[in-house]
Amino acid sequence: MDFLLEPLTLVTFTPLLGVLVILFLDQEQKNAARWVALVTSLVTFAISIWVLAQFDQADPELQLVIDLPWIQVAGWNIAYHMGVDGLSILLVLLTTFLTPISILSTWTAIEERVKEFMIFFLLLEIGMVGVFLAQDLFVFYIFWEFTLVPMYFLIGIWGGPRRMYAAVKFFLYTMAGSILMLLAILWLGIYQGTFSVPELTRMGGIPANVQFWLFLAFAAAFAIKVPMWPLHSWLPDAHVEAPTAGSVILAGILLKLGTYGFLRFNLPLFPQAAVQLAPWIGALAVVGILYGAMVSYAQRDVKKLVAYSSVSHLGFVMLGLFAINAQGIQGGILQMVNHGLSTGALFLIVGMIYERRHTREMDAFGGLWRVMPVYAVLTLIVTLSSMGLPGLNGFVGEFTILLGAFGSQALNSPWFAGLAAAGVILAAVYMLYMFQKMFLGPVDKEENRALLDLNWREVVTLVPLLVFIFWIGLYPAPFFNLMAPAVDKVVAALQSAAVAGLH
Amino acid sequence: MTLAEFADNLSKTMPLNVVILWASGLLLVDLFVPKGRKGITALLAAAGMVVSLGFSIAQTGAQTTAYGGMIAVDGFATFLTVLFLGSGLVGIVLSYEYLNRQGIQRGEYYVLLMFSISGMILMSLAADLIVVFLALELLSIPLYVLAGFARPKPDSEEAALKYFLLGAFASGFVVYGVALVFGATGGTALAHIVDSLAAGAADLTLLTIGAALILVGLGFKVAAVPFHMWTPDVYQGAPSAVTAFMAVGAKAGGFAALLRVFVTALAPLAAELTPILWGVAALTMILGNVVAIAQTNIKRLLAYSSIAHAGYILMALVPYGQGGVVGDAVASALYYLLAYAFTNFAAWAVVIAIEKREGRGLLLNDYAGMGRRYPALAAIMAVAMLSFTGVPPTLGFVGKFYLFSTVIEGGFYGLAIIGVLTSLVSAYYYLRVVVIMYMQEGVPLAERDPWVYLTAAAAGVGTVALSIFSVPLFAWAAQAVLTLY
Repeated sequence: MDFLLEPLTLVTFTPLLGVLVILFLDQEQKNAARWVALVTSLVTFAISIWVLAQFDQADPELQLVIDLPWIQVAGWNIAYHMGVDGLSILLVLLTTFLTPISILSTWTAIEERVKEFMIFFLLLEIGMVGVFLAQDLFVFYIFWEFTLVPMYFLIGIWGGPRRMYAAVKFFLYTMAGSILMLLAILWLGIYQGTFSVPELTRMGGIPANVQFWLFLAFAAAFAIKVPMWPLHSWLPDAHVEAPTAGSVILAGILLKLGTYGFLRFNLPLFPQAAVQLAPWIGALAVVGILYGAMVSYAQRDVKKLVAYSSVSHLGFVMLGLFAINAQGIQGGILQMVNHGLSTGALFLIVGMIYERRHTREMDAFGGLWRVMPVYAVLTLIVTLSSMGLPGLNGFVGEFTILLGAFGSQALNSPWFAGLAAAGVILAAVYMLYMFQKMFLGPVDKEENRALLDLNWREVVTLVPLLVFIFWIGLYPAPFFNLMAPAVDKVVAALQSAAVAGLH
Repeated sequence: MTLAEFADNLSKTMPLNVVILWASGLLLVDLFVPKGRKGITALLAAAGMVVSLGFSIAQTGAQTTAYGGMIAVDGFATFLTVLFLGSGLVGIVLSYEYLNRQGIQRGEYYVLLMFSISGMILMSLAADLIVVFLALELLSIPLYVLAGFARPKPDSEEAALKYFLLGAFASGFVVYGVALVFGATGGTALAHIVDSLAAGAADLTLLTIGAALILVGLGFKVAAVPFHMWTPDVYQGAPSAVTAFMAVGAKAGGFAALLRVFVTALAPLAAELTPILWGVAALTMILGNVVAIAQTNIKRLLAYSSIAHAGYILMALVPYGQGGVVGDAVASALYYLLAYAFTNFAAWAVVIAIEKREGRGLLLNDYAGMGRRYPALAAIMAVAMLSFTGVPPTLGFVGKFYLFSTVIEGGFYGLAIIGVLTSLVSAYYYLRVVVIMYMQEGVPLAERDPWVYLTAAAAGVGTVALSIFSVPLFAWAAQAVLTLY
């Protein structure tokens, strides 16, 4: 039973303890529920720091591995197989970092059925961390599908006016992709004889034409999750209708499940197909960058603007991943973290103004800088970070991705990076437009004059994000060092497959 | 047959004998139970089933035949017998208060339930086509009566009559099929059919037609398309407690016969029969799921869902002719029947809790607001809906995983894709129930019925817990092997 005390089990399942405590609380004990949830998520964060402390930066292999045979019937070889390496450590930390911040942001925003909200939120954390740590396809699929359930409830019960439509669309759209992935997982488990991801990667030996279909099946699930153009139409509805904390987690972490999936499964398991399809995925990524940016600019609702900006930003990540070189992938992973921080912060910011004015139409604002200076400064920093201003985190990620894409052999054309760079300019356009409409100019709406600036709790939710925005922007080396060995290993495997494919 | 042989046969079929004798005895005893105290009959019926369950569990690991080869006692039969008896017990627990509330409490209910279970048990033991037919009738006729138990409600009487007429018609198909098989091979025992095929002495055309007709008749019982037309009306009209039991019991009984007959005796005909099975499975999954979208009555919705799940199980039967896959085919079908039993009873327990007299409380809108007022019941219904859809961590997901695994092993990728896509379609209407419960306002009223609540809780918790601690169930399904000749 000592697998229960293994670090990775603890970091995944500690929120369950919080759930059990909250189940026995009364409906009226709202503050108790909030505090239990917050403390549980902080404890989980502490455990993830402990995991980081035990993480050996120089080791490209999986660490802190748990590998217990689970279901060994019917010819299956399913194990409770968890492990962390350079590809996932940052994402696990991002998850455990954003969850307490999101819970803190709900203190006054969620007043109805607080107990259930916290239960679903903690269950969601279990699912997300589990996805990042799972090294067995069956375990991965369980955690992956399971994240749909609490998110569906979070959107559907505590969301905006069109929440039911958004929640059902989110669930069905995402399930459509993952259910095709299930068939690919079954194929791998049966015909390769194991469900273990490291084993499958080591074995290789899948014929190229079969790899193609398996790649597409997995890609169906991940592309919908990222979301890649043209499978993105669930995103604006889900993001806009979700409650603030839900949007922060949806944008900050859940979208990363898709990009992580490409990195962990599609690239190592199907290397020939990955190299073969890289230009196509790169093209879709560039379309996503440009399309997301252009549609963002057309929005009147600031939350929808930020939602479409996610499509654009994650297009960069996808471009980086499918540059299939060390710079591209490292940039991609770093940008995943950056997007989680910046866009998470943006959704918190939108939530703060929504709590005050109950509208998100940009036309309803204007001149907020005079009224809420602290809010304005923090928003400005986050806006600049999202835009990719040098000195802040977004620039490091985007620059590395563009470097990788420009020199990529898999993509084999400078136009990918060229057009993506245009996306950087467009990002500046819509972000600065948003900032100008909301914060600059005269205060011409009466309701805006009486707005209160941020209270201490709200500042506390934003400041940690800003600390990392500056840290990654000014000194990204520690973050790159964490992921470098594992990325090099993936790239080496892919490049040998690319060479093999040429013969 | 000498007396010693007779005693031997009896001892091998003890679970079956106990149920039949106990039910017959109960019929007499019930005469002396006063009208308002039918709880005694219910309790005695439950006791009888527990006794039979004890005998059945004692038989684990047995592999033998009885009655001159007409009965096969093996792991397959034991698994299904335990499933039937368990379903029967849950059926009694769900029915007692429900019958009181609906004003239709009669002692014969429990006796009929037991007779139907005896038919199901016989079905799982049957190694001869005549015994299959006998079991089919023994299973079905009490169900016809039970479907009409809520007389004089016209819904119930219509359900009973429809079930009876269509069921008799389907049984006719089975008999005709058995006759053709007899003509083709010269015998009705499964062992005889296997020998006949091996010796090349069987008339293949006649045998194939006979097999197809048997498929039609048994397909009716499990609600496969296009033999499903009775299912929505009968499930809706019959008293909910009967439907809950029927959905699991009759389906498992039908599949017991299908699995044993096809896998044991008809494997050489796989080339002809597999396309038919493929078509029936695909049609069943598609139609069951698509038509369910339009339903507004929870009982009809669960009826179409039942059709769809029959389709998923049929999917596992499609690769029955492939030697390496057939073991998994049988095991996955049995596992899914078990998963379906848990999920089904969880859902129907909630339906029974919400149903009122005069058939009120059965529309989907009557569930609005349940998330707030009855959070535990709503959670159990939500778990059941997720399990039906196949979302982890539920037994429904693990069951579907096993079924799809079998199909992919068999190489039927197209059917697997149809299976997953129809599962996706089903998510839409199952989620609708969840949406209505949690995201709409309403004032539902659940009946105070501690036994129903207990059943719902046990089934709901089991659906989740057994999917995580799934190895014991897998092991049990894996050792449910069919006697091969």
